[in-house]
Amino acid sequence: MDAIDLDGVTKAFRTPHGTYTALHDLNLSVPASEFCAIVGPTGCGKSTTLSLVSGLERPSVGHVRVGGQPVDGISSEVGFVFQNDAVLPWKTVLDNVSAGPRWRGASKREAVQQARDWLLRVGLAGFEDRHPHQLSGGMRKRVALAQSLINEPRVLLMDEPFSALDVQTRSIMSNELLRLWDLTKPTVLFVTHDLEEAIALADRVVVMTAGPATVKDIFTIDLPRPRSVQEIRFTPQFVELYHEIWQSLRSEVELTYTRSMTALEVV
Amino acid sequence: MSSAAVHPFTVEPDPAVALTRPPVVVVDPVAVRRQRRRRLLVNVIRLLVLGVTLGGWELGVRTGHIDAFFVGQPSGVASQLKTWAQHGTEVGPLWTQVRVTLQEALTGFAIGVVAGIVAGITLGRVRLLAEVFGPFIKVLNSIPRIVLGSIFILWFGLGPSSKVALAVVLVFFAVFFNAFQGTREVDRNLVANARILGAKRRHVTMQVVLPSALTWIIASLHVSFGFALIGAIVGEFLGAQQGLGLLISHSQGTFNPNGVLAAMVIIAVVALLAEGAISLLERRLLSWRPPQLSGADL
Repeated sequence: MDAIDLDGVTKAFRTPHGTYTALHDLNLSVPASEFCAIVGPTGCGKSTTLSLVSGLERPSVGHVRVGGQPVDGISSEVGFVFQNDAVLPWKTVLDNVSAGPRWRGASKREAVQQARDWLLRVGLAGFEDRHPHQLSGGMRKRVALAQSLINEPRVLLMDEPFSALDVQTRSIMSNELLRLWDLTKPTVLFVTHDLEEAIALADRVVVMTAGPATVKDIFTIDLPRPRSVQEIRFTPQFVELYHEIWQSLRSEVELTYTRSMTALEVV
Repeated sequence: MSSAAVHPFTVEPDPAVALTRPPVVVVDPVAVRRQRRRRLLVNVIRLLVLGVTLGGWELGVRTGHIDAFFVGQPSGVASQLKTWAQHGTEVGPLWTQVRVTLQEALTGFAIGVVAGIVAGITLGRVRLLAEVFGPFIKVLNSIPRIVLGSIFILWFGLGPSSKVALAVVLVFFAVFFNAFQGTREVDRNLVANARILGAKRRHVTMQVVLPSALTWIIASLHVSFGFALIGAIVGEFLGAQQGLGLLISHSQGTFNPNGVLAAMVIIAVVALLAEGAISLLERRLLSWRPPQLSGADL
């Protein structure tokens, strides 16, 4: 049984300028414990895919299933790491991380105990009483990761989680993510526009078409694990995969770019 | 998480990790001295401005260039305050007048703030209510609310409740609009994140929406305490048995400008104390904000 199953999914939004189709007839299955990366041109509907899996949005047509169950509202099986900071700025690090279990009905003591364990795992022991604004971007991402993983989701959705970080912090965080992923092995759906990041992290890379998005190609990344994100990009296999996937992605990126330029001319 | 194995990862050499190390503090004695001298200069000039204004006024009255009958004089205001403090005012002991007005203002303030926050957040969270009540609130808000004072005197009589009612309506709308707007401006990402982490609707309201709207609400408190004082004093103008407003209208009636001004001085002191208390509250409630964003030092 697949952990995530998108079956003939179309998603249209109503806008002041008429309907806008973000996804069209999307089919994608992700087996349990797989790390699946989605790449595609900007604004193609990658994030929409994640909202559908999380239950924040419903498909206009088609079916979305998580763990075999149709998605009907927000599922407790799912964790979501957002592109922008979504940790609560008025809660301390400890309160942010323990919030999930508290909201799900755990006792305060239990939740705090779990939160301390997770802060240790993400390397933030000693920062329990800080507020988010006192932390760097990388550390806030660690809080966000601990906040999601403490619920032990079977499915972890990540929407360009590291795109706001500087290049060095980013590759460190990617390594951290792989190590954390190894602890509970959730199914990961990782959206990014960075092809290198996708290949370095994932078991499979899904290339999406320019909007309305649908699956164009799927590539299996058979690079050995455990991987070091910084080192792996110098191996010949990586370069070969990059070349191959870029061939597929390139035309979509170019199409999106041309469209945005013509849209500008029309305006 | 079955395995209790804990993996302490190495922390990246992140700038904020330096928080754990003692910060390197460089003190530049020249800069410190310059700053101190500047502060002294500002205070000296402030005193000069005050002295010249009050001194000039007093001098003008004494040399006959200004008519004390209409504008009073600083020494007259001071002696009026002294008389009131020692022998009581024409309408009763001074302390009683201050207490009555303050009580009316604070009661009105408290009721107005709580009602404003509850109504603002409820309408901000429940779309249907906002759509139904939106036009009514707009109409009510467009009425110059001071005129309600007359109706409240008819309804509640000359006692403190009519003043409290006027203070409530003045405070309510100021707080309501800010609470409503603050609720609408909540970062949708924060709400989505909380919901996925397992927050129920009431968790989102109390732990995401309310703290987020608090920045807006507290900004409105500074203005609304002033409104509460206006409500109490205008209410007393319109008809009262006690209070600073009555004292002012009594002084006005007896052609005593020094009395009006003395009451104004007392009100100014009360307002400044309240402003200080609200700033303290603000600093406590919003301590999570980065320092450069919380309260301007003005």
